[in-house]
Amino acid sequence: MRTQKFNIFKNVDKPILFIYLALVFIGLANIYASEVDDISKSIFDFSQSYGKQILFIAAAFLTAAVILAIDKKVFASFGYVIYGFFLIVLIAVLIFGAEVKATKAWFHIGSFAIQPSEFAKFATALALAKYMSTVKSKTIGFKNKITPFIIIAIPAFLVMLQNDTGTALVFSAFAIALYREGYISGIFLAFAAIAMILFVLTLLVNEFYIIGGIAAITLIISLIIRKRKPEVLQIIGLGIVLAFYVYSVDYVFENVLQHHQKERITVLVSDEVDMKGPGYNLNQSKIAIGSGGIFGQGYLKGTQTKFNFVPEQSTDFIFSTIGEEWGFMGCVILILLFIIFITRIVLLAEKQRSAFSRILGYSVASLIFFHFAVNIGMTIGLVPVIGIPLPFISYGGSSMVAFTIMLFMFLKLDTNRLERF
Amino acid sequence: MYIKKQTNAYFNRKFIVIAIFMATGLIFIVRLFFLQVVDPSYKLSASKNILRYITDYPARGLIYDRNGKLLVYNEPFYDLMVIPGQVRDIDTTEFCSLLGITRDFFNDRMDQAGEFSMYRGSVFMRQIQKKSYAYIQEQLHKFPGFYVQPRTLRNYVHPSAAHTFGYVGEVGPGIIKNDPYYRAGDYVGISGIEKYYEESLRGEKGVRIKVVDVLSREIGSYQGGRFDTASVAGKNLHTTLDIDLQLYGEQLMQNKVGSIVAIEPSTGEILTLVSSPSYNPNLLVGRARTQNYRKLQRDTLKPIFNRALMAQYPPGSVFKVVNTLIGLQEGVVQPETRYSCPGFYHSRGITVRCRNHPSPLDLTGSIKYSCNTYSTILFRNTIDQARFENIQESFTNWRNYLESFGLGSIFNNDLPYALSGLVATSDYYDRIYGANRWRSSTILSLGIGQGEIGTTPLHLANIAATIANRGYYITPHVVKAIGSPENKNTKFNEKINVDIDKEHIEVMVEAMFQVVEEGTGRFSRIEGVEMAGKTGTVQNPHGENHSVFIAFAPKDDPQIAISVIIENSGYGATWAAPLASLMIEKYINGEVNRRWFEQRILEANFINPENQ
Repeated sequence: MRTQKFNIFKNVDKPILFIYLALVFIGLANIYASEVDDISKSIFDFSQSYGKQILFIAAAFLTAAVILAIDKKVFASFGYVIYGFFLIVLIAVLIFGAEVKATKAWFHIGSFAIQPSEFAKFATALALAKYMSTVKSKTIGFKNKITPFIIIAIPAFLVMLQNDTGTALVFSAFAIALYREGYISGIFLAFAAIAMILFVLTLLVNEFYIIGGIAAITLIISLIIRKRKPEVLQIIGLGIVLAFYVYSVDYVFENVLQHHQKERITVLVSDEVDMKGPGYNLNQSKIAIGSGGIFGQGYLKGTQTKFNFVPEQSTDFIFSTIGEEWGFMGCVILILLFIIFITRIVLLAEKQRSAFSRILGYSVASLIFFHFAVNIGMTIGLVPVIGIPLPFISYGGSSMVAFTIMLFMFLKLDTNRLERF
Repeated sequence: MYIKKQTNAYFNRKFIVIAIFMATGLIFIVRLFFLQVVDPSYKLSASKNILRYITDYPARGLIYDRNGKLLVYNEPFYDLMVIPGQVRDIDTTEFCSLLGITRDFFNDRMDQAGEFSMYRGSVFMRQIQKKSYAYIQEQLHKFPGFYVQPRTLRNYVHPSAAHTFGYVGEVGPGIIKNDPYYRAGDYVGISGIEKYYEESLRGEKGVRIKVVDVLSREIGSYQGGRFDTASVAGKNLHTTLDIDLQLYGEQLMQNKVGSIVAIEPSTGEILTLVSSPSYNPNLLVGRARTQNYRKLQRDTLKPIFNRALMAQYPPGSVFKVVNTLIGLQEGVVQPETRYSCPGFYHSRGITVRCRNHPSPLDLTGSIKYSCNTYSTILFRNTIDQARFENIQESFTNWRNYLESFGLGSIFNNDLPYALSGLVATSDYYDRIYGANRWRSSTILSLGIGQGEIGTTPLHLANIAATIANRGYYITPHVVKAIGSPENKNTKFNEKINVDIDKEHIEVMVEAMFQVVEEGTGRFSRIEGVEMAGKTGTVQNPHGENHSVFIAFAPKDDPQIAISVIIENSGYGATWAAPLASLMIEKYINGEVNRRWFEQRILEANFINPENQ
């Protein structure tokens, strides 16, 4: 038994571990494909992004091993400390950080750059899990209800100040964890979803058709449930609110959103967008993916990839490389891997004995899901272009290490489930 | 346990969460199915998306002479390029016969290109001439992956001034590594002003992005040319050369080894820079360049070697000009000082021989008749001054004057690959003879410009220019304006003073005038032009002496300062001085009237037949 103590992988969930390794490998192979211009070059060229990615992966593996080796109580005990530390770092980056593409989100250390906002995600997850696990349902009052939102809002706000709206939006992923814990009702979630769909619809279709549609649906539902008077009133009230919302979308779009944010939405919903301008990325990405066909062009054979048609191809648009070279089959396999991955994390979370572990598990799944949904969604034109990486796949050290940390913290806590006392 | 119960309150919500995950995945898969399998429009777009980057090479700047006459221009040609990754199903036999190449050549080039990159263009065949280009271009659509890239080559109006222009060649791997501007196959100035003014001459490359279909036919500009950049033509160079004088100089130097350097004293502008023998600059252009270069390299007369800047000769008697000025400045000699000369100078077993001339001579006379005895005494007196504690100190003092004339160092001007010449330091003598074991008698040959001293023709012409300017020079250079003639090259316009007072220089100007009027240079006198000069004969242990002459004219309003060296030809007065006088006559009068005089120089042949 004593020797087994040193096996850090004992009781670590093997399917998760396997998928993790698979994703990391897929990422590296495709970064190489998207960056290398001469296939005779070695992947171990550390001046190139694929070579650097190998270093990042090594760092991630090392971090994972350390997390598996340390005492799992540490995560809960130091939850607030880690959270506080990263809040300070987020403030520091605003003051001392380097400006890259108009965002102030990076620390430059030697030839490497670190993006603290990536690490702030798991720090927030820790603090959230810590706080919510100490709240007992009977005592849930206004203060207890509002605190989780504040825990999420502070780092999100600081990231927003870095002018990195994409990463700030990621913090909304915690809504899924909050929903599971009962802090958000299903109606709220559905409402938010409807609001988002309506927002996009409004920009696509004349708003009066939509208001008409809302009126019609409200009327039909009211007629069906006409015997339950209070609910009819509620539905009519909701209908009126939605109508006003749709009416105001145009106003919000024209007056509240910044120019580049407007453009990103316009490219998505309009056919007449200028493909040379803001629509360029998305169009090229779609061409690359579309040219993949069923089985793809073959590894390292994608012409769109090779000629660098798609900007940011090793980072935010890595999925276009996969789409071109591996085709529909490759894409489906990757999507299934991700879905199995996060579903299994959720299922494992449900099996946890402590609320802390469960909430952390949900947070991890939510964050990975959000990145997955937005990143792939944008490359295939379903979501506005928001520059966030595809976890474990995209090029980048901060993202790789931070996602590995959060995943292995949960895996470490999960080993508890199988340990016998 | 309480917690456990509470969690179960929302236990069912996990299904909703998982349902959201699944739905998202499903939406993506459906969307991808349409994008990748059903909708063909993106696949078509992709095939249209094959782009070809055609570099728009700017025309290299033209080169003009000081009077606006065109000297160097460009001629178009075409490189046949290949992108190996796009070469598909071509009829190799037909292709080879179209280009007139062998199958082996084809395979070789394809391998090389593939090694560089499968997806970027590399040169398949260089420098296709205009007439074959039209024919090849017509057939090229049958051979996807091949395209032509327009380029230009240098062309020279006159087969002249090759050393000054330098030449243009393909960039080597070293340059490509250090300067991201250059790609393999680009051209770069390798020597001369082509090298020094490379950044002005080369202009700015542009790029045109063409969309090509799978058969490699150009469909049109990529996105209406939005990402195209126009090339910026290179800037023209307006040189200081007077091409007529340059051509005349080269003509006079035919069948002779040596150099002519002529400078406009007031500006430091080099009017003529002849290094003989030279070569036709058109030889070092295009495909034949490497072969011709090797041929020139094997020539025993070293035509590539730029003697005007790199040949270091002892200056001989023309150095008396500098040496005497130092004596005047140091006060060891006055213009009236006389020494008698018995036809030689003897001290401690060393004898310096002199030629037959009136004796005793004053300072002017010593220059006029080039008296070795006078110069040696003067030199020894300069070094043996009592005010110096030791010989190192006095020698260094003497040497500093030479430095102020620019001797012993390169000019850092716009002519790359010049040599500094040699002016020994006192340390040098210390090493040879031991500290303080040498004295003025040990080094007395320096007084007559022999021994441990070497100067290039450019240095000598600069001495003439300095005296013409009465005590200063402007770094000699060959480019007066870049871009337009109005955009003056201001890099070389600083007056550099020598450590000699003007009054002493006036004495020397008069003495040098006497050299030409009545002295050693009297045969080279030009009617109506007041020329000041100094002859020199450099002792050559390997054969006939080198003939040297420096001069400037007109004496009181100098337009031209010149140095001429003719190797293995004999006395300065016999060959170098007449040649220099012809150059001056040509420059100042615009034509040469002394026909027989000119004929004599043109016919002279000092190239040893066995060297040829």
